[in-house]
Amino acid sequence: MSVLKRTVFAFTLAGAVVALVLPATAEEQVPPPRLKWSFAGPLGRYDQGQLQRGFKVYKEVCAVCHSMSMLSFRNLAEPGGPGFSEAQAAAVASDAKIQDLDDKGAPTERPGRLADYFPSPFPNELAAAAVHGVAPPDMSTLAKARTYQRGFPWFVFDVFTQYQEQGPDYIAALLKGYEKAPQGFQLPPNGHYNRYFPGHNIAMPPPLQDGQVTYDDGAPQTLDQYSQDVSAFLMWAAEPHLVQRKRIGLQVMIFLIVLAGLLYFTKKKVWHNA
Amino acid sequence: MSGHSTYNPQNKFLQWFEKRLPLGGLIHSSFVVYPVPRNLNYLWTFGGILAFMLGVQIITGIVLAMHYTPHVDLAFKSVEGIMRDVNFGWLLRYLHANGASMFFLAVYIHMFRGIYYGSYKEPREVLWILGVIIYLLMMATGFMGYVLVWGQMSFWAATVITNLFSAIPGVGDAIVTWLWGGFAVGNPTLNRFYSLHYLLPFVIAGVVVLHIWALHVAGQNNPTGIEPKSDKDTVRFTPEATVKDAFFLAVFCIVYAWFVFYIPNFLGHADNYIPANPAVTPAEIVPEWYYLPFYAILRSIPDKLMGVIALFASIVVLAFIPWLDTSRVRSARYRPLFKQFFWLWVIACIGLGWLGSKQPEGIYVIMSRIFTVYYFAFFLIVMPLLGIFEKTKPLPNSISESVLGAKA
Repeated sequence: MSVLKRTVFAFTLAGAVVALVLPATAEEQVPPPRLKWSFAGPLGRYDQGQLQRGFKVYKEVCAVCHSMSMLSFRNLAEPGGPGFSEAQAAAVASDAKIQDLDDKGAPTERPGRLADYFPSPFPNELAAAAVHGVAPPDMSTLAKARTYQRGFPWFVFDVFTQYQEQGPDYIAALLKGYEKAPQGFQLPPNGHYNRYFPGHNIAMPPPLQDGQVTYDDGAPQTLDQYSQDVSAFLMWAAEPHLVQRKRIGLQVMIFLIVLAGLLYFTKKKVWHNA
Repeated sequence: MSGHSTYNPQNKFLQWFEKRLPLGGLIHSSFVVYPVPRNLNYLWTFGGILAFMLGVQIITGIVLAMHYTPHVDLAFKSVEGIMRDVNFGWLLRYLHANGASMFFLAVYIHMFRGIYYGSYKEPREVLWILGVIIYLLMMATGFMGYVLVWGQMSFWAATVITNLFSAIPGVGDAIVTWLWGGFAVGNPTLNRFYSLHYLLPFVIAGVVVLHIWALHVAGQNNPTGIEPKSDKDTVRFTPEATVKDAFFLAVFCIVYAWFVFYIPNFLGHADNYIPANPAVTPAEIVPEWYYLPFYAILRSIPDKLMGVIALFASIVVLAFIPWLDTSRVRSARYRPLFKQFFWLWVIACIGLGWLGSKQPEGIYVIMSRIFTVYYFAFFLIVMPLLGIFEKTKPLPNSISESVLGAKA
């Protein structure tokens, strides 16, 4: 196994050489603080209460401008998610107005059903851009589509610590990251200064304030709480099968480790006489 | 596939069948009694691991293709449909996407091993060249598969890579238009990439058959780099080599499963969860990690045409190393100087990989150039000259002597 040792040594050396030679470059993006998420790590699972609160924030605030076109109301009642009952999800759906065609083929509007996708606030991107300047991004995959540079050597450690929550960390930080622009910063009209947005000039005005959304479960109605809850909800929206994935993952790992162990001793026995 | 068959089935039907098609004899001689050097280390298990990964990619890929729609308006949505609505679709997709990375990880270890132990030298030149062809096909297949997702990084990677051909003087632009099937990367491009992404794995499988055939003609190299001389130097393929391969395959699968189940998006790029948008260029366009060294070589050269030539040359040069390396000793174990140059070359490859992910500016460009020069110098200067000037260590008399000591 000396070859393996030498390989590991060479890799480490290569990393060290590179890290020493290079000064850290000034990245445009400020790394967001790392938060504790219930869905992090090998045993992670979504906190149903948090997802339900996050859904409320999304519905009352985000959904006014952002679409989430790849989710349907039935998803709200599916296992591993916010844990709404089917009746509750159907009630949420019936509040929505869905554009459809009637029996004669004429456009009509009807209450939503479980099978319907979340209706979008704008008929298309152009219409959204006409109102907001830029079209607010669709939120279906947003939590996986946002990240920040971890840099060497942190990205190597992330393999072992399973840090995969860059997206929710970034979104939660961004929602709280609105500040007064520092002296000399050229902020264009309709721009907003955000500490965590790459380049700091974000089109979205501060969406959340303390007390804006009423929680029924006694959770604090603060910007801090809102931003975490909605980020967790967005993570579920982007990765609805995360809980199932990690549960099966544990089973697969145990199986493979036992299998590898058995094969190792089989190999030893077979090679004993070779 | 080599030697005379010693396969004598007792079963009457098998005897009848064997007379008409000696399939059992072929399997028996190739995968049961086939002699394997007894001193192979675990680096030699990666051939089997690669065959396994090809199988995983083909099987998951065929099922994914049943749910995927190759159309610019529907591709991204259909991938998300697989992730959300197809039963265990998330598992299939993460197995396939991370499977590509594991495939490349395994092939890089396989190639580093081949170079370290001189597995490309006579009489294994054809075996080695077939491997280089497989690697080229893998790169094409992996690239086109990445485009199928039709996220931002898919679209812009397709644009950048196809644009490389525009560097060809005179006909470059015409070739790019022909590749695209239009005047920009669009629906015809996606459709043909899908078609080729489905085809090429089977071409790879065909070349893999030739690769294994060539392997079984020449026999496996081993850490000493000397050929087996007697039965003492070898063990049977089954059970000895098979069980060793199986054990390390299980270990490899633990790493694979770690990525699939716990960090499935670690090796991907976040921008690829944004649907492709020709109107918005991402802040940085980077290929998948396994292409990064070549991307760094491309960008280290200020001239576009020369950059493209260097990019292709960096892969094509591999096909010539059986003749570039003039040493009569195969294994780096007995080549003290080659060993050092080899590890420097590994560092250059990893360094280029890291630099490929950085913006091409300042010290990054300078480092890319240093590593690129060394990358080529290793093949074109070090390999030919070392064979002449290097003083190698004495070789053992036989494999069994090197394993069991001089007494055996």
